[in-house]
Amino acid sequence: MPGTADVALLRSMLRIRRFEEKCAELYSAGSIRGFLHLYIGEEAVAAGVMPNLEPDDAVVATYREHGHALARGLPMRAVMAEMFGRVDGCSHGRGGSMHLFDIGRRFFGGNAIVAAGIPTAVGLALADRMAGRTGRVTACFFGDGAVAEGAFHEAANLAALWQLPVLFCCENNYYAMGTALRRYESQTDLCLKAASYEIAAWPVDGMDVLAVRDAARHAVAAVRGGSGPVFLELRTYRYRAHSMYDPDRYRDRSEIEKWKERDPIPALSARLQEHGGLDPAGERALQDEVAAEIEDAVAFAEASPLEPVDDLERWVYSEAGTR
Amino acid sequence: MTTLREPLSTTASAASGDGDTTTYREAVGEAIREAMLADDRVFLMGEDVGAYGGAHGVSKGLLEEFGEERVRDTPLSENGFVGAGVGAALGGMRPIVEIMTVNFSLLALDQILNTAATVLHMSGGQAAVPLVIRMTTGGGRQLAAQHSHSLEGWYAHIPGLRVIAPATVGDARWMLGPALADPDPVVIFEHGMLYNASGTVGTGPVDISTAAVRRRGDDVTIAAYGGTVALAMQAADELAADGVQADVVDLRVLRPLDSATVADSVRRTHRLVVVDEGWRSGSLAAEVATRVHEDVFYELDAPVRRVCSAEVPLPYPRHLEQAALPSVARVVAACRALTGHG
Repeated sequence: MPGTADVALLRSMLRIRRFEEKCAELYSAGSIRGFLHLYIGEEAVAAGVMPNLEPDDAVVATYREHGHALARGLPMRAVMAEMFGRVDGCSHGRGGSMHLFDIGRRFFGGNAIVAAGIPTAVGLALADRMAGRTGRVTACFFGDGAVAEGAFHEAANLAALWQLPVLFCCENNYYAMGTALRRYESQTDLCLKAASYEIAAWPVDGMDVLAVRDAARHAVAAVRGGSGPVFLELRTYRYRAHSMYDPDRYRDRSEIEKWKERDPIPALSARLQEHGGLDPAGERALQDEVAAEIEDAVAFAEASPLEPVDDLERWVYSEAGTR
Repeated sequence: MTTLREPLSTTASAASGDGDTTTYREAVGEAIREAMLADDRVFLMGEDVGAYGGAHGVSKGLLEEFGEERVRDTPLSENGFVGAGVGAALGGMRPIVEIMTVNFSLLALDQILNTAATVLHMSGGQAAVPLVIRMTTGGGRQLAAQHSHSLEGWYAHIPGLRVIAPATVGDARWMLGPALADPDPVVIFEHGMLYNASGTVGTGPVDISTAAVRRRGDDVTIAAYGGTVALAMQAADELAADGVQADVVDLRVLRPLDSATVADSVRRTHRLVVVDEGWRSGSLAAEVATRVHEDVFYELDAPVRRVCSAEVPLPYPRHLEQAALPSVARVVAACRALTGHG
């Protein structure tokens, strides 16, 4: 039977979906610039994995990380202000869409070099192990494209060799930018790649948030228990283009429509309503609450000041008191 | 005349007093050992640092003393273990990552440039990376074109890194401590020809922000770093026999570059030769020369001269390798040309 935890999952996915839709709108309006990679369609992954992590755990993400940041608990105001490049952004405006950071919440970015965050995650886990902080987990999110990078293979080997507490979350959306998985991998079963390093690897339906949550719960428990890394292949799909620059010429509309039929948000909503966890009025209230939060975040971002140009060369090196 | 490059036999350490003599190799090893004894967060990681004792013998004995967890042998995965060093530093450790040669460091350049040097900035000052990366650099050992290059200038190009090049036994011994205390990534270049050099250890600490004047003279400034400091000192000795007194500036901190010390020297000597084992085009020597032009142009009595490596991948045969590298003879000739003693 679905319960309040499941309503929280629905809220989490809705916040991401509406946030991303607003970002697309703001991008068209010119308020957000640079590259913007939307997570629409993949919400069940971040929303399902993140509730299994504790505040002391660490998260490393990619350039398509708005959803991870929000699900990890970064305030939407700070995330939106970062999109605007304003001083109240979670990275003080210096990072933008692809570099969301919140070290207090142990959210280590926002990395826009494909697979480069994976060795970082291994190092964070190594630090936990060497410092005797047992029971901590580092969750590392990356796409299917990252599995073709050497950094993935080097880091997977290190994590397995040293039995480090890393949860590898491979978000397989079947495209590395515009190149389909079957066109760039000789072996398209990504779990086999992790398994070749003696890493336990499980495929998960990334369009079913409850399945993601349950798989991640087991995986996190295993990693936390000290039995080494686990690899989850979360099979998902992005509805929108790779970035706002992408004309999306490389896939059929019918393919996108087929995936949309499995959209995790209406699926969970229907399930909750069917089982009495949420009534139509409750769902409307949830939608309104999310819409209000987004409006508030945009107003906050718009009101946040730009950094003075005199500060341009800050944070190249640590300032006194940083550590 | 060709003067072959030989390992530095004596070093003119700025420090005096403690007369203990040791090799550069032992000095680096002792610095690592001291740091690991002083701080549990410090550990050494890299290819063959443990059971093998270090490809250059620097870490011999450390595995036995500190164990496998803190003297961590890695697979041949430069990008992976440098990245793990970045993550461990973010996680509160103080890793010393050893890369066997600067040429291999190119496999890890993504982690060094795109992550280590960048996350502090792109996180708006939140994520400092207190990582030390040590690597061997330079030619002179007939290791041909994939083990001999001098790419310090490339690293010195990167904002967010501190780049240091200890040229003396004393600096090898004492610069690691402040490098580990630095909250930001520090890249340390150890010239391969220096490991066997012996000299006085002196006393620490040594700062990692200023250049050091290794010899005083008023006729010409020779600015050098790393492996070329020994050439500059030998050249200065030869010049002194002719009555030309050279001021030798050991740059030693390549980023942020202490050009003020060079400019101060040029104010006295009015002539500058920059010695740099990197290729001439786009070299660190070019940066030094440009800054001198920008800062003290009217102090110069002659154009700045550069002694750099020939623009070839370093060849294997000894005579060709030596011809490609800066030499004492070339430094002396450049100085003589500037001082009218040619």
